[in-house]
Amino acid sequence: MNKRWVLFLPAIAVFGLLGLFGYVFWKDVDVREIPSAREGKPMPEFRLTAVNDPQTVLTRGSLDGEPYLMNFWATWCPSCKFEHPYLNSLASEGVRIIGVNYKDERDLALDWLADYANPYEIDIYDPNGDLGFELGVTGAPETFFVDSSGVIQHRYQGPIDSAVWDNKLKAIYDAME
Amino acid sequence: MMRWNKPLATVLCLALFVGFAWAAEESLYFDNEELRERYQTLTFQLRCPKCQNQNIAGSNAPIAEDMRDKTYELLHLGYSNDEIVDYMVDRYTEFVIYKPRVTLGTVWLWLAPVLGIVIGAALILWLSRRSRQTSQAPLSDEERARIQAILDKDSESS
Repeated sequence: MNKRWVLFLPAIAVFGLLGLFGYVFWKDVDVREIPSAREGKPMPEFRLTAVNDPQTVLTRGSLDGEPYLMNFWATWCPSCKFEHPYLNSLASEGVRIIGVNYKDERDLALDWLADYANPYEIDIYDPNGDLGFELGVTGAPETFFVDSSGVIQHRYQGPIDSAVWDNKLKAIYDAME
Repeated sequence: MMRWNKPLATVLCLALFVGFAWAAEESLYFDNEELRERYQTLTFQLRCPKCQNQNIAGSNAPIAEDMRDKTYELLHLGYSNDEIVDYMVDRYTEFVIYKPRVTLGTVWLWLAPVLGIVIGAALILWLSRRSRQTSQAPLSDEERARIQAILDKDSESS
């Protein structure tokens, strides 16, 4: 009877499951992390005004050109304040950053940019979170990496600092064409 | 005293519960009752992408509020329930639906238990057949003679 290995099938199944659970437990897999539905898809159409001028209408076409980061921010968001100085330094290094002022008030946004400097080449005013909804944004800050053909290559949730930029995001930005 | 206390408590609890259920609806105006019912169904089916396993009806997170507003808006634009769910999944991924869709990746959720039962049953069948086979192993003539001798001796002594 050399078919005895069959008897070990249940044990193999149990240990396989234990291994899976153990991996999730010890590898610190973040179960709250949700994939982005928009990675690999083109930037959706939108029609919103600029933060600094209610008369300036901005659309998807307004952003055409070099690859850019689209950064969702708000004055009510503490992590955005933490992230802001690093965005300023990225902008000074020539990284193109498009801001989306998310579910905020124009006056508060303008005060903030006057106080803490403005890293945004273009700043879009999205008071109802419409563009945010199209992109599957759940909160701020959230940053989308968009290439020159307008395709979303990556989405990063949470504040960007030098560590996460150097270790992960810079490579994604540099790879975009 | 106790006799009327219990029904009263029940009524009060029910009134509270109804009150909460009502409050979650934010006193929305619907064109008709059917839309209201579909709104309730959908907001109970959709999961808030920012919270730990709450549906968007029960969550106060801003994104859950936005999703409720969008559900309300799309319902009044004439979207079907399926179209509204698709709309949310397109933007917020399948995370927002509790019931997974059947894809190559998720079909195992249904297949694995069936496979487990089939393999288990096959295993049990195989084991029982094997044990029956060993017990039915034919005896050689020599063995038969020995058994007969033992049996004969047994019946003599009794």
